[in-house]
Amino acid sequence: MTAGLGLGRPQTQAIVGDEDVVRVRQLVRTVAVAAKLSLVDQTKLVTAASELARNTLVYGGGGQVEVTTVDNGRRQGVRIVFTDSGPGIPDLELALTDGYTTGGGLGLGLSGARRLVDEFDIQTAVGQGTRITVTKWSR
Amino acid sequence: MERVPVLKIGDILLVSIQLDMEDQTALQLQEDLADRIVATGCHGVIIDITALDIVDSFVGRMLSTIAAISKVLDAETVVVGMRPAVAITLVELGLSLNGIRTALNVERGMELIAASREETDDWAVDLDEADPGQAATST
Repeated sequence: MTAGLGLGRPQTQAIVGDEDVVRVRQLVRTVAVAAKLSLVDQTKLVTAASELARNTLVYGGGGQVEVTTVDNGRRQGVRIVFTDSGPGIPDLELALTDGYTTGGGLGLGLSGARRLVDEFDIQTAVGQGTRITVTKWSR
Repeated sequence: MERVPVLKIGDILLVSIQLDMEDQTALQLQEDLADRIVATGCHGVIIDITALDIVDSFVGRMLSTIAAISKVLDAETVVVGMRPAVAITLVELGLSLNGIRTALNVERGMELIAASREETDDWAVDLDEADPGQAATST
């Protein structure tokens, strides 16, 4: 764990159905309000979470999300970790390209979500799953 | 799964989305609207998203699809009431909402539809004058 990084108590939510994507949005909204993100930053983070939760469901075959408030001593923020044990992403660079999709969507989920947050990390292995961590800091 | 109600007001169908929609609810709305346009012969659709605190790529695509479906069914779609934070987020996400007309509120949306119907009517009159033979056969 990063030195000097304060972590709140993580809240988890399973993603196994359509209705869980709605629950993830609501959970992220609640935590973002508690972390005092601005309205625009809340909106960006909830939108990114919605995209990533849908990816976890559609491409990862379901998984879970963990939402935590973080504090780096100067600013508060929200960290969200999406984990699935799905097929993984064979070509990460391609998957992060605007307009690329294998699922019939617009191909903006992953690339768009990355633009909406401050920090974006993706760990993926074919056949093992994907773990995406995003952080949004208050300004 | 909840359903979004579609209201008929004169020549216009009004949809006010008041809930955090599951993806299936959004897809159902597309079908419901197509059915109602054909059943009522309405020439305008207003989708009020005042209550939506986010529009992600899925809902964005739904709006574009509804506009396209309406168009081939001879109806004009106007999306009204987008919150400023939602607009900022949409642009950053990379969604352009191609083919969608927007207005600030329901009233202006209705004016927009009325104005565009007038244009269409004028055009029809011009055609009749230009080619009386065709006008005669079409009546």
